[in-house]
Amino acid sequence: MLKSLNIDPGKCTGCLQCEMACSLENEGVFNTAKSRIKVFTFHEEGRFVPYTCTQCDEAWCMQACPVDAIVINAATGSKDVKNDLCVGCKVCTIACPFGTINYNADSGKVVKCDLCGGDPQCASACPTDAITYVDANATGLDKMRQWAGKTDNAGA
Amino acid sequence: MAWTRQVLRVNLTEGTCIPEPLNMDWANQYLGQRGLATRYLFEEIDPACDALGADNKMIMATGPLTGTMASTGGRYSVITKSPLTGAIACSNSGGFFGAELKNAGWDMIIFEGKSPAPVYLSIENDQARLVSADDLWGKSCWETDEILHARHQDPQMRIAVVGRSAEQGCLYSSVINDMHRAAGRSGVGTVMASKNLKAVTVRGTMGVGNILDPARFMETVAAGKKVLAENAVTGEGLPALGTQVLMNVINEVGAMPTRNMQEVQFEGAHKISGEAMLEPRESDGKPNLTRNGGCFACTIACGRISTIDREHFSVKEKPQYWGNSGGLEYEAAWALGSDTGIDDLDALTYVNFICNEDGMDPISFGATVAAAMELFEVGAINTSHTDGVELKFGNAQALCWAVEQSATGTGFGADLNLGSKRLCEKYGRPELSMTVKGQEFPAYDPRGIQGMGLTYATSNRGACHLRSYTVSSEILGVPEKTDPLESDGKAGLVKAFQDATAAVDSAGLCVFTTFAWTLDDIAPQIDAACDGDWSPERLVEVGERIWQLERDFNLKAGMTGADDTLPDRLLKDAAKSGPAKGKVCELDNMLPEYYQLRGWTADGQLTAETRSKFGLPS
Repeated sequence: MLKSLNIDPGKCTGCLQCEMACSLENEGVFNTAKSRIKVFTFHEEGRFVPYTCTQCDEAWCMQACPVDAIVINAATGSKDVKNDLCVGCKVCTIACPFGTINYNADSGKVVKCDLCGGDPQCASACPTDAITYVDANATGLDKMRQWAGKTDNAGA
Repeated sequence: MAWTRQVLRVNLTEGTCIPEPLNMDWANQYLGQRGLATRYLFEEIDPACDALGADNKMIMATGPLTGTMASTGGRYSVITKSPLTGAIACSNSGGFFGAELKNAGWDMIIFEGKSPAPVYLSIENDQARLVSADDLWGKSCWETDEILHARHQDPQMRIAVVGRSAEQGCLYSSVINDMHRAAGRSGVGTVMASKNLKAVTVRGTMGVGNILDPARFMETVAAGKKVLAENAVTGEGLPALGTQVLMNVINEVGAMPTRNMQEVQFEGAHKISGEAMLEPRESDGKPNLTRNGGCFACTIACGRISTIDREHFSVKEKPQYWGNSGGLEYEAAWALGSDTGIDDLDALTYVNFICNEDGMDPISFGATVAAAMELFEVGAINTSHTDGVELKFGNAQALCWAVEQSATGTGFGADLNLGSKRLCEKYGRPELSMTVKGQEFPAYDPRGIQGMGLTYATSNRGACHLRSYTVSSEILGVPEKTDPLESDGKAGLVKAFQDATAAVDSAGLCVFTTFAWTLDDIAPQIDAACDGDWSPERLVEVGERIWQLERDFNLKAGMTGADDTLPDRLLKDAAKSGPAKGKVCELDNMLPEYYQLRGWTADGQLTAETRSKFGLPS
């Protein structure tokens, strides 16, 4: 069963545990600057929003890559960057409508979320369940349950 | 490891920024942050120096766990000699600035000398430079933050800054970081401004990667997070209500200092409580609290993010205050509210915003206004001093006027900016100042919570709850319940809290974790991250060494055992209501035993034996 990251900004407190877990898994260091998931703070509105790759089916980044360095991971459905093929041309970063694939000047390659191979560390680290890893075919389940709970059975 | 082992030394007189290696012998003895920076300060300045002179130094210090995934591991402190107390100052802040500094590769920054003209320090990883701040002088913290973010075109840059109050010499000015987090107490912002240093901007992309045993560290971090999540205070109370969870609790036990500590219960407490912040208001149906927010790496997230009612008199004509910002924490709500007898939640939120915007410590500010209100009511000051304002207890308009005056140091604001002690002395009524060593009390009346009396009297930075939060034991029963009205046995309790807290601070963690964590939860995280064996016992020893060194600093600054006392009001005037009715603070019953436990003489001096036991510098 394919799973996907499910993000509920209403639960996010902006603590950046997800960013550190991501950088530790992928770069071996606590470094929010190197995280593939980013939490945005909207100070005036009092909102925190985690944001990362949604793993599009027909991924713009994958289509745009001239050297076929972005491939589908059959097990997780993630679109993974093959570092040995990537030439750092950055065309994918232009093609992605969401900005979730970025160039890393230190490595000369692009980086994006690869769902940690099926065990996304951001979701494990999140203290409030703002980021969960759930059945890809039912990411709306929690919202459905919430609304279902508001149904008034007593009437009609 | 876990330390970056790099110190940035900034000489403001010479305009130089020079890196140097961290003294690892001292790191092994004093851990980091509060303890380690105190060791540096002790070595480098004369404790008797003028706090606002060029000879004083100011250190911004992270701990070994700052910038890691350890829950709450994002803290830094500002350590210097305080202009408010003349004692050691160490003010601890959350937010994101501290972790960014560590990510840029620095354990600490030591500022020395005084710049001939206003400057700010710009740090991008290993690149540090001083930049002219001529155009920033005279701007608030919030304006400066916005200008610097725009100038550097880097939304991810973190900024610590002083406001107009500090520039004007307000003796309780804070250093504000991330808009509404503060190294709040003892006037550390005043020292920063005295050096013509307006701000520090940091962008760090190096990361914290030198964890001794990463796999073991992550196991201990996960275990620690689980303990915090499953604890009723850190897992439920603090996220839902913030520290404001305490307002109704402390009022009920009769330890809520009210109207400049004349009373111990406030009839309006429920109107300014954490619960009240959740109530939809009449005008727009929204509650004061928008949501909770976390500091860097914090899995508790007690921070309040609030709005003010747009129809409220304080902001009706000021749309710039209609958005969200840092809301009321318990200490601010108490000082601005109960201590001034004001139960207007929106007014208190507005005043809190202004304290953040221009960097005043809301505890000292609120308590100083409370003292001024009593001076007004007894006739020591009158409307000729206050520009016609009726500065009486309960007057919310007067409080909002006062904070604007204080923020810019204009009119009566210049008097308020002296702090309670100097204000009451100036108007001939020193006994009305509710301070220890010149610093205003926080939100727990020691007549109703006896251990806090000893805590305040012996705190190395003047009256303060964060040096030994015995409320935890006496009211909340953590780690074990003691009777708040009983002074027997409190000497040992206070000492234990003081030592443990010094260690927690010095690790780079938040003391609020200790509602759930003991040193048995904390030591394994430090041990997995840092070189050397870090047991709970060693942390206690380090904590006590830090306490003794801070004490020694104060003695060398000219303080004596006579400074370890409380105002007569708390020692002689009995509580008027509640469970503590008829009680005074029994300091005399606690202090001699405390000195003995500390290894001090009967007049509070360190003995040679104590010095040698902790290896204190001579």
